[in-house]
Amino acid sequence: MSRLHVVSGKGGTGKTTVAAALALALAAEGKRTLLVEVEGRQGIAQLFETESLPYEERKIAVAPGGGEVFALAIDAERALLDYLQMFYKLGTAGRALKKLGAIDFATTIAPGLRDVLLTGKTCEAVRRKDRGGRFVYDHVVMDAPPTGRITRFLNVNDEVAGLARVGPVHHQAQAVMQVLKSPQTAVHLVTLLEEMPVQETMDGIAELRTAGLPVGSVVINMVRPEILDSAAVEAAAGERREAVAEMLAYALERTAHGGIRRAGSAGQLVGPLLDEAREHTERLALERRGRSSLEGLGLPVHELQLLGEGVDLAGLYRMARELRRQGWSE
Amino acid sequence: MSLDTAAPLDIDPVLDNPRTRIVVCCGSGGVGKTTTAAALGLRAAERGRRVVVLTIDPARRLAQSMGIGELDNTPRRVPGIDGSAGGELHAMMLDMKRTFDEIVEAHADADRARAILENPFYQSLSAGFAGTQEYMAMEKLGQLRSRDEWDLIVVDTPPSRSALDFLDAPGRLGSFLDGKLIKVLMAPAKIGGRAGMKFLGVGMSVMSGPLNKLMGAQLLRDVQTFVAAMDTMFGGFRTRADATYRLLQAPGTAFLVVAAPERDALREAAYFVERLAAERMPLAGLVLNRVHGSGAALLSAERALAAAEALAEETDGETDGPGPEAPAHYAENLDGVGIVDRADGQAGSRTADDPGTVTPAGTPPPENGFPQPTSSGVPAPGATTGRTGTTAPGPPLVADPSVSTGRLAAGLLRLHAERMRVLARERRTRDRFTALHPEVPVAEVAALPGDVHDLAGLRAIGERLANQTAAQESWVPAARTAGADRND
Repeated sequence: MSRLHVVSGKGGTGKTTVAAALALALAAEGKRTLLVEVEGRQGIAQLFETESLPYEERKIAVAPGGGEVFALAIDAERALLDYLQMFYKLGTAGRALKKLGAIDFATTIAPGLRDVLLTGKTCEAVRRKDRGGRFVYDHVVMDAPPTGRITRFLNVNDEVAGLARVGPVHHQAQAVMQVLKSPQTAVHLVTLLEEMPVQETMDGIAELRTAGLPVGSVVINMVRPEILDSAAVEAAAGERREAVAEMLAYALERTAHGGIRRAGSAGQLVGPLLDEAREHTERLALERRGRSSLEGLGLPVHELQLLGEGVDLAGLYRMARELRRQGWSE
Repeated sequence: MSLDTAAPLDIDPVLDNPRTRIVVCCGSGGVGKTTTAAALGLRAAERGRRVVVLTIDPARRLAQSMGIGELDNTPRRVPGIDGSAGGELHAMMLDMKRTFDEIVEAHADADRARAILENPFYQSLSAGFAGTQEYMAMEKLGQLRSRDEWDLIVVDTPPSRSALDFLDAPGRLGSFLDGKLIKVLMAPAKIGGRAGMKFLGVGMSVMSGPLNKLMGAQLLRDVQTFVAAMDTMFGGFRTRADATYRLLQAPGTAFLVVAAPERDALREAAYFVERLAAERMPLAGLVLNRVHGSGAALLSAERALAAAEALAEETDGETDGPGPEAPAHYAENLDGVGIVDRADGQAGSRTADDPGTVTPAGTPPPENGFPQPTSSGVPAPGATTGRTGTTAPGPPLVADPSVSTGRLAAGLLRLHAERMRVLARERRTRDRFTALHPEVPVAEVAALPGDVHDLAGLRAIGERLANQTAAQESWVPAARTAGADRND
């Protein structure tokens, strides 16, 4: 049973939205989830329509059935100071390090240190228990870096453990890797049914598998309803074009409150409408190909409908409901 | 049209101007930066310029479309372009480790270079953690520019966490490489500890103690060795990074901010526009990819949906009986009944026999070539119970040739309604950007149904990019009806 859900995906596929919806879905029925942001974009705050998140865990939403969603935007610099504080009682030294640019170095340039801090903080939240020995969070959902960087991001601790072969950093890195490579973790990839995101998803999954990281599900986002198929469109464009044009004119006339009243207008509409329908079927054909590639991966596949008006809070809850309906409630 | 409508971006004069030497395409991930860079490079080459396109991590098929299947860090001539105007197109992919290694090899003697290349800290740094890719892209740009073999360099920027990283990372790496920290780290290796640290005003115990404990003495030693070996090159790094930065501020450079008509992408774009202004870097305009259009924009989403529902409602009314909730039955009834399928000449014949119908026996025969609504304005019982006010129409229509004309027409109307909603959302997002930055010229590029696989596809994108007057005169341009969706 995985407790850490790492949500990645190609840029533009909506991974932040899916991560947020998943956090809501997993919080339902009185559970508590933590939604973690690691890329400093404040995407979560925007999604939940709240002010920018500070570097602290705060409640941002209530899930159906009394569950709670907490959110945390991890700030690498603050996380580093936390660590230093944890390992040593660094007062003046912390300031000295900062003055020298060491903090800046560690959080922005040093190979992987930044990623160590981000994954480290997340894993700490996964493992944290209350006094009664219960996990503080039933689930932790991470809005992770995009597919192209996810394997390196998660594997950074392996690399750091190899670089720093002794010391607290080494031990810390190893402890994090133990969580990330265990069944406690599941990496989910969000994709669209388009060539490039699908290809990147397949490549990403192959990389994750090679690295020994546990792959969870594929989430196909922004799925459009199939309204007409190509045979229907060809029929409408061919011998039945006239009839369709008349039907359009009729339907528009019935609903006219001013505007187009003449059949002639409908005759001009049928061409552009058929163009749109052809694009629709062309897209469907591409989607079918993408879907069958993804199904060949042997992973659970979830689909979320496109929200035509864009994602708002209500849309987010709808997506969460849909994920639960598709069996994602544990 | 909005009051804030931006001026259209006219890209050809930028590409044709011999004084334009560098075009930088920047923006957040997944908006089509690489494709835009490639399309611009191709267009400029076919208009007579000697162009090199520097891509960072392109999708495999896009790379193949330009004939650069191999990642080898060297510009290759792209075959198959129209060279009648005297231009050439070269393309390369950035290999950041190779680029870093080359710098080391070029600036250190053989022994020192080997010591650096074998250092574990260097190997991690050069394999591309935060900042290295951006730094190396900048480095490569500087190299290409100084070779002076091309009269136009088109640069794609790395898929960064934030589009701003491209500008910030080189400075960060540069200031690290010759900053105070490096000197402190080097001090033990150079002068052997305490004395050196004291000299810098920081107690050694404060520094090397925690760092040693934290990272392990061996890592610190690796860093120190690396830094000592790189010592002679630091000045060079910083100088070159600064030179490239200045190059980006020169009038020969044109920045294009690339975005898709989505909230996040345009927010990033706005940040970038503001940042470029602050850095006095020359912005040519915004390229908005994957914009949807419609040839029937006068027919609104609401209107189209209402009409589609009128068709469905009527069918429901005439099939009444078990009610429209049962999808199978619904579909079955829809296929032959209700809306008259004029093509097969069975107008009304089945409805009359259907015991469940509410069609009055005395319904007059169809006039004007249209089937008569059973009860205009008064929906039949059960007619309003399902499927109203929804865009998801339940089960998809099948390829059955007997599918009724009414269903075909309703399907077309629903598709159009969906398109118009997308259009409206994209337009709102775009208007928000232009309200904030009305001074930025915008080029809109229509969405394509699939990805670009070849030069012809890139050429088509270049044409769309360049043909903005046609595209922005109205919201119903012919050029924009061709594509259904995004491509990268």
